[in-house]
Amino acid sequence: MTVEEKDRAAAIFKPETGRIVAARMLTETEKFFRVVLDHGGPLGHKPGQFVEVSIFGIGEAPISICSSPTQEDSFEMCVRNVGSVTNAMHQMGAGAEIGLRGPYGNGFDMEAMKGRDVLFVAGGLGMAPARGVIKYVLDKRHDFNIVTILYGAKNPSELLFKEDLEEWQARPDCDFHVTVDRPDDSWKGNTGVITTLFRNISNIDARNAWAVVVGPPVMYKYVILEALSIGIPESRILCSLERRMKCGVGKCGHCQISNVYVCKEGPVFTYSQIKRLREGI
Amino acid sequence: MLPKIIERDDLRAFVEALLADNVVVAPIRKGEKYVFSEVETFDEIALDYNISLLSPKKFFYPQIETVLKFKIGDRPESQAITEASPVIIFGIHPCDIAATWLLDEVFKEDPADPNYLEKRKKAVLIGLNCAQPCDEFSFCRDMGSYNVEEGFDLMLTDLGEKYFVEIGSKLGEEILVEGAHFRDATSGDLKDRQAYQEKKETNFVKRIPYDTKFLPEILEESYDSLVWDAIAKRCFSCGSCNIVCPTCYCFNVTDEVAASAAEGERKRVWDSCQLAEFTEVAGGEVFREERSSRLRHRFFRKGKWLLERYGKLGCVGCGRCDRNCLVKINSVEVYTQLAGEPVQ
Ligand SMILES: Cc1cc2nc3c(=O)[nH]c(=O)nc-3n(C[C@H](O)[C@H](O)[C@H](O)COP(=O)(O)OP(=O)(O)OC[C@H]3O[C@@H](n4cnc5c(N)ncnc54)[C@H](O)[C@@H]3O)c2cc1C
Ligand code: SF4
Ligand code: SF4
Ligand code: FES
Repeated sequence: MTVEEKDRAAAIFKPETGRIVAARMLTETEKFFRVVLDHGGPLGHKPGQFVEVSIFGIGEAPISICSSPTQEDSFEMCVRNVGSVTNAMHQMGAGAEIGLRGPYGNGFDMEAMKGRDVLFVAGGLGMAPARGVIKYVLDKRHDFNIVTILYGAKNPSELLFKEDLEEWQARPDCDFHVTVDRPDDSWKGNTGVITTLFRNISNIDARNAWAVVVGPPVMYKYVILEALSIGIPESRILCSLERRMKCGVGKCGHCQISNVYVCKEGPVFTYSQIKRLREGI
Repeated sequence: MLPKIIERDDLRAFVEALLADNVVVAPIRKGEKYVFSEVETFDEIALDYNISLLSPKKFFYPQIETVLKFKIGDRPESQAITEASPVIIFGIHPCDIAATWLLDEVFKEDPADPNYLEKRKKAVLIGLNCAQPCDEFSFCRDMGSYNVEEGFDLMLTDLGEKYFVEIGSKLGEEILVEGAHFRDATSGDLKDRQAYQEKKETNFVKRIPYDTKFLPEILEESYDSLVWDAIAKRCFSCGSCNIVCPTCYCFNVTDEVAASAAEGERKRVWDSCQLAEFTEVAGGEVFREERSSRLRHRFFRKGKWLLERYGKLGCVGCGRCDRNCLVKINSVEVYTQLAGEPVQ
């Protein structure tokens, strides 16, 4: 082993540290964090990658990076409070130090999407990883053709990143639609599951478009079906899969589907890959 | 490197020389069974053992292993731990050597795992050939692991009054000097070794009714088979099969905090794909909810997926999983049934 190889190898379970510079609740259960790495440099991630957040004494959790790499001085995460690590994070505010490993996973191939129409379909917490890709595309807007964003949440209070949603709504160069399953009295927008938004899509050249689909496991089948039925080829339907992950580096076996490790060869897969994986969706 | 010979009576002196300035682990008797454990004297070693409860995998990849030490507080700090001390593993059988081929591939794959690789590098493997299968559970002939040509530093074959010694590495050659009781093998010795091999080939029989090179295809065609459900009906999902397997490597990661609450250790611990929680994610989704899908996962890993990924079968046919299964789920029977053949 060379010295560099050794350093990298030694780093498997060794997190670096970063400081939370901003934190606020987005909903009742989701908290937003902006983090600056202690080494001062950028995280160097691709949209769609994730980090293993490390809280010493409690454990680690894989969390998507929800900011775009075009934002270099810091990166962002949106964390739902579901258990020990995520709860510990929810107790933290600006100034707190956390451990981080990564970025891990393949991320989205942004080069391949250049010059094409991009259709985003995000359900629930899937907006966290999707936001990083959307922000990237909007920051490099001239590199892409028609941009369409479909977003669905259970109810209005669960909608994430409200400021971003307003911005996307206002931008003339992106077609944004949002729906909720269960509206409240104040809700004036679309209601119904996310697939009902497909009828709002206009003008996209489906044969040349890419679809970016991120959401809870139950969502994939229905959304992929819609994407296929409007004519997007299966090799250009990209899904980010969630699995239990303990290492993030292709060793612990938790995230395995067939002969792939989702943490390593994924979490982003095309539908052509997923259909061969069988247990994929 | 040309093979050597050591007389039976000289083996003791050789092992004692090793014991004098090395940590040596070897199979010892424990009740009705055998385990690999550190030995102090030659006489403790059960040279005639059939199979150990756990394979010597535990010396490169311990059941519980500290990978990180950390300090908790406003300025959290951590230090990677990759402890490895030299050890001689004496008496490892061919199947357990073959099992290290897969583990090496897994832990070498980028990013390389220093916790495993450092221990592996510091371990000397002195193999002990088997003249006959351990018992009715062995199917190492089917899995092609009953003879190994590589992966050991030395390999001893018991030829009665003498041991035939194959040298598998530079390190192996260096250890020989330590004993100094070795002589070059003559053509007569080679003939004896040949005779041993011929006998061995008849002692080991195939038990799966097809060549295991077809295993990936048989599995592929059986993905939706009801055989999985039929066998899983009696499975407890206890995970014993994973814990005793020399090629299983999945782990969990947990933190332990010292009484002071100011520091602690992160540990990796063997885990089992047969437990439902293994694939559970927040929101309650369990990706292999059915017992049968978990059983199938184990066999697909062994016979197909790891082969596709690492170029090595995930099973060496040692039979430990079957020997330790409370409900007598048996790999040979599973592979037989999948091919539509009657179980013997
Ligand atoms: C690639 C990827 C990206 C993710 N991105 C985000 C994100 O951006 N925001 C977010 O809030 N969550 C995200 N998650 C889910 C998040 O990792 C889990 O919610 C978190 O690990 C739970 O940890 P905990 O210690 O808080 O929960 P625990 O106390 O450990 O358990 C609570 C629940 O979480 C499940 N769980 C435990 N460990 C994991 C694990 N390693 N992976 C998945 N589920 C687990 C348990 O089965 C249990 O149901 C992502 C998961 C993956 C795999
Ligand atoms: S040891 Fe037997 S009962 Fe236990 S999980 Fe394995 S196959 Fe099932
Ligand atoms: S699956 Fe069973 S027979 Fe195969 S290597 Fe593991 S314990 Fe041995
Ligand atoms: S998370 Fe450990 S193998 Fe993927």
